[in-house]
Amino acid sequence: MSNSDVAVEHVHGPELRHHFADEEQQRQASSLGMWLFLATEIMFFGGMFCAYLIYRLAYFNEFAAASRSIRILPGAINTAVLICSSLTVALSVRAAQTGKRKLLIALLGLTLVFGLAFLGIKGVEWYEKYQEHHIPGASFSAADLIQDYPQLHIDAARAQIFFSLYFAMTGLHALHMIIGLGIFIWLIYGAWKGRFTPEYYTPVEIGGLYWHFVDIVWIYLFPLLYLIDRKPL
Amino acid sequence: MSEHSQHITSTRLYVLIWITLMVLTGVTAGVAFIDLGPFNTIVALTIASFKAVLVVLFFMHVKYTSEKLTKTVVIAAIFWLLLLLVLSLADYSTRMLS
Repeated sequence: MSNSDVAVEHVHGPELRHHFADEEQQRQASSLGMWLFLATEIMFFGGMFCAYLIYRLAYFNEFAAASRSIRILPGAINTAVLICSSLTVALSVRAAQTGKRKLLIALLGLTLVFGLAFLGIKGVEWYEKYQEHHIPGASFSAADLIQDYPQLHIDAARAQIFFSLYFAMTGLHALHMIIGLGIFIWLIYGAWKGRFTPEYYTPVEIGGLYWHFVDIVWIYLFPLLYLIDRKPL
Repeated sequence: MSEHSQHITSTRLYVLIWITLMVLTGVTAGVAFIDLGPFNTIVALTIASFKAVLVVLFFMHVKYTSEKLTKTVVIAAIFWLLLLLVLSLADYSTRMLS
């Protein structure tokens, strides 16, 4: 092997690992790995969605009444906030691809702001449920539901199941949001250091995939928890 | 360096998808108050699924990936989820009647 061969082999950035043929292959391998992880995440959330569907069928009246006790406006605003954050994430991948470092930092920062806004609004919603004694446990009360919907013959224990699922699903989703915020702080730090270039922006792309997935989970949580029992009784 | 060039989606398309998602959010929230009988749930979930498909195809770049394995994983994940939901519901919805 001559020296020139060795030189040719090493014409690539430091980010390209030796076992990949080129940046494109490395990028696709990372993306595939992330999609495999997201497939396991779909099953993780899928179990909860399955529990929700089964209990909704079994305790239809209680779910109808309990779902109506959740205000629709904060949920709708949060859906919009998450969709906006998905746009800033998509644009931040583009900024990384086109090598616009300042724009990348700004868009990642905006995503962080949207994420925090979502969690803040979620916190307000949870606090409302706390004030209404709708948090499952010793102080749980469905007295307001029983009074508001006498025609539905509400069973308090069954209503508690709805709120258990509500808090488990929105709580697990919020946990994913918090992890996402950590990932984006790390991405902002990397972008600040100038680590991402048009040749290597895999962390931005992969972090973006995660964020979009969390957005999709909410896209389903919003109609299931807030919307499907709104029609006039 | 690389012979392939990765696909860069235009800002215009991203914004267009964003507007569509925002409009659909408004539509699904509005339709929820109209009594469509059993179709309320169907309409809400159809709109949600359409939104999810838009996010997966454009924001998550599945439409433009040349890697067939990625597409296979996406389809397999959806298939597993449907397996979980449909088979569980087939069981519960028929047994709870008694």
